Amino acid sequence: MLMTLSKDSMSITREQDLVPFRNRVKEAAVKIGMGIVNQTKLITAASELVRNMFRYAGGGEVLIEIVSKGRESGVRLTFADKGPGIANLDLAMQDGYSTGKSLGLGLPGAKRLVNEFDLKSTVGQGTTVMILKWKNG
Amino acid sequence: MASSVSQLLKSNKARLLDLWIQKQLASENLRDDLMTNDELRGQSEDLIGALTKNITEENIDQVESNQFDEVFEILSGISLARAQQGFTPRETGLYIFSLKEAILELLQQEIKDTGELLTAVLKINRLLDSLGVVTFETFIKGREEVILRQTEEISDISTPVIQIWEGILALPIIGTLDSSRTQVVMESLLQKIVDTGSSIAILDISGVPAVDSLVAQHLIKTVSATRLMGAECIISGIRPEIAQTVVHLGIDLSNIVTKASLASALKHAFAMNRMVVRRLEVEKKTF
Repeated sequence: MLMTLSKDSMSITREQDLVPFRNRVKEAAVKIGMGIVNQTKLITAASELVRNMFRYAGGGEVLIEIVSKGRESGVRLTFADKGPGIANLDLAMQDGYSTGKSLGLGLPGAKRLVNEFDLKSTVGQGTTVMILKWKNG
Repeated sequence: MASSVSQLLKSNKARLLDLWIQKQLASENLRDDLMTNDELRGQSEDLIGALTKNITEENIDQVESNQFDEVFEILSGISLARAQQGFTPRETGLYIFSLKEAILELLQQEIKDTGELLTAVLKINRLLDSLGVVTFETFIKGREEVILRQTEEISDISTPVIQIWEGILALPIIGTLDSSRTQVVMESLLQKIVDTGSSIAILDISGVPAVDSLVAQHLIKTVSATRLMGAECIISGIRPEIAQTVVHLGIDLSNIVTKASLASALKHAFAMNRMVVRRLEVEKKTF
């Protein structure tokens, strides 16, 4: 069973919020004793998703949670925005596809960097992305 | 009514000042390490002077009236100075609130009629509270100025391009690489390539905390621009965890020369320029 040990939320409205947000994620990861490689993977994935949120939806809310399941603990991040939404999820998850002028690696790359990835989007209403990285995952 | 509140304050100015100074000196929040007692007395005297000079029976409940401008000006000056001297918000706030206590005590001693006293206290309360609000506002403004100055200093020191050898430039990037930063980095790098006629540029990203796809894209752009200028670019300072992350993200950096450390990048640059660094052979001394 998944248990939430601590909860913290942060709103992203400007590009400058990225650095303090990354620090918050890092804090959570360090708290549960995550190694440097997994820490970097989690932070990079988080950074990709926050950039997306900022770029396509102009900002949103992020929930930072420390969760545990059995003997394993991890960090779960939920990114929620009220942006335009994603029209074609399959296309969005494809490497190299971007409606902006980026490399098109954000979503698929973030998925590869974490253990659990869940993307929900309704066109016109917004997008919610949940990622989870286990301490030893 | 024997005498009005404003009249009372004016005629008891010296007593009020003494009372206030006493209160401040007795307070445990006194910071004689940050400000001498003489300075404190001077400040307090200025403020009480301005307050008693400008206060009248008519404007006592009209804090917004411009007759109080002088008081606000002096008070703002004091709060601003205190913010920069390192006083805590609590100490600054208590400074003005202790004046309120002093005035109230004075009124209590002078006005015998309870009804009159209550009216006077209400008026003074309102006036001093708005003075307190001004204190907070300017105190925070003072702190923000400090932050702003630091921000400017940080952006000033952010991107030096160094010529480390003839024809070889190094650019240590520290902090997050965002769009505006990339622009500055690229501009100063390309200009320096022209100025020095360098053929190799080393971008060191040891100080970049996370490399995500946007940072990578900025790096790739910088490398392409450098190549257009006819110079070759080496990216150094790739830490093991960054290398793994970049691979998982699926970023292709294979057509860029990357090195783990600035030293190995420099070595590579020497090799490209057909230079060797070798230790001078010391002649063996014969005894």
